[in-house]
Amino acid sequence: MSDTGNKEKNRTAPRSYTELRKDLSRRDRSLREKVVSLEEATAFVRDGDSVGIGGSTMSRTPMGMIWALIRAGKKNLSCARSIVSSDGDLLLASRACNHIVTSWFSQGILWGVSKVMRHHIETGKARYEEWSHMAMGMRFRAGAMGIPFMPIRSMLGSDVGKQRPEAVEMNCPFTAEKLLLVPALNPDVALIHVQRCDAYGNAQFDGLQFMDADLAMAADKVILTTERIISNDQIRRAPDQTKIPFFTVDAVVELPFGCAPHECYGVYEPMMRHMEYYVDLVNKDPVKGMQEYLDRFVYGPKSWTEFLDLIGVEELLEAARAGESIYDA
Amino acid sequence: MLKAQVHTAAELLTILSARELKNGQVVFAGVGIPLLAATLAQRLNCPSLTILFEGGVIGALIEPGKLPPSTNDQRCTMRANMVLGSAEVLLLLQRGYVDVGFMGGAQIDQYGNLNSSLIGDPARPKTRLPGTGGGNDIASLTQMIVAMKHEKRRFVEHVDFITSPGFLRGGTTRHDSGLVTGGMHRVVSDLAVFDFDEKDRRMRVIALNPGVTREQVQDNTGFKLKFADDLGITGPPTDQELKELRELDPERLYIS
Repeated sequence: MSDTGNKEKNRTAPRSYTELRKDLSRRDRSLREKVVSLEEATAFVRDGDSVGIGGSTMSRTPMGMIWALIRAGKKNLSCARSIVSSDGDLLLASRACNHIVTSWFSQGILWGVSKVMRHHIETGKARYEEWSHMAMGMRFRAGAMGIPFMPIRSMLGSDVGKQRPEAVEMNCPFTAEKLLLVPALNPDVALIHVQRCDAYGNAQFDGLQFMDADLAMAADKVILTTERIISNDQIRRAPDQTKIPFFTVDAVVELPFGCAPHECYGVYEPMMRHMEYYVDLVNKDPVKGMQEYLDRFVYGPKSWTEFLDLIGVEELLEAARAGESIYDA
Repeated sequence: MLKAQVHTAAELLTILSARELKNGQVVFAGVGIPLLAATLAQRLNCPSLTILFEGGVIGALIEPGKLPPSTNDQRCTMRANMVLGSAEVLLLLQRGYVDVGFMGGAQIDQYGNLNSSLIGDPARPKTRLPGTGGGNDIASLTQMIVAMKHEKRRFVEHVDFITSPGFLRGGTTRHDSGLVTGGMHRVVSDLAVFDFDEKDRRMRVIALNPGVTREQVQDNTGFKLKFADDLGITGPPTDQELKELRELDPERLYIS
């Protein structure tokens, strides 16, 4: 296709059921503690992996984990997310990722088209594989269900559909209606940020759910980052609030403000001043501006806390106050 | 009264598209002008309008001055009836619970196809745009209202890439492709309001915006327009519409 990299394994064809089951049977599904540091968690991702990313746009983005993977020098990742925001800019510009699978990719609707995305896609440095938003959801859903595809009624007739030979049109055996079959997406690893979970990985998230429960069930491995780790007793007091079961999870990282500068529902809203500074810098010059941002905010800080320090206490507090205000309405 | 005449194109667009919504409808709204217009309609004369957002929200009541920066942010859930997964809310379209899909557009053609993906060769685009988001799903599965800035380069004969399907190549081509429901219902621009001919499915002017001539609309359109026999003239924004709208977006995020 282009200079997109090393192993051109077919990243879209669903695995056979035997293979899928064999891969799962090898996993340690016991109730055990999985707490690791942010840096240790990066070892769960290998170069070239397909990576499912939780949240959507500027919401519950596992930004800290993405930040850590970039710092760890990961390469040639294929990243799938319902909607991609500045997380995608960082992944492409750092060369951690050369393939984005999503329905929408820009920093945010307020800022027009991401110049960083444009630069990387238009010069062939990376590939943007576009699916409809519902198709992304149904691909994770099929992956979570252990079936090779899901039928949908969108993407038909459009060029979005025509650009995806991986999706197959068929006539329904019952009604003879035209349907589009979208292949299951079972990422090698999923990155998901939640408001709280226990040391075993029983995770609860509040508010907007996006596709995260399906993503966790679909992936071969799950790395959770969490605003805070709570006790297993607290989980057991409200088990109906648990959205991700521990046996899907491989690593748990406690990471307050782990979505910064994006939002975490009920905890903080996006840090808009930082986002505006960022967008202004990188859209002015998608190469130099982006490098400046990476050097200063990704490679520069010694720790995630030091990165937060660069955003500044004032903005963090403001975002937190706005975040909590959702419960005042 | 004269004061009401002073407004931006975005304000006019928002107010006129809000008028297209009916009380009691279930509307799936995109971010920007659709979100704003749906909320405006809800506050003016459609109190039982149910607004859905692709982040997974049923029945949002957006608060003035707290407009969400996307339809995937926590502000979208303010006082909603339900929050669910994003696949689930999109599946409501497929099941048929949604009356109207309401989106903005960057480029539209004579058959109401929208492009938000790319310009040039899909394998190596000259300009890569953000993509469909939920647009393709919404346009595939329900009746559509599209709000657009009217420029010749935006109203083109054929879009470079069909991201969100209108009537494809006209006639029965949409239905034949497997899209057996929905389709373009209205396009609202800052110059006119359009529908689509029942037979050939080409765009047709049904009403001119206040002070706009037929020639002006045609001159700013990249294909030959049809005009309805009973061509109407839309009433200007009222003081009340403008007042409500400005209260909703005091920072002028979407209406400047």
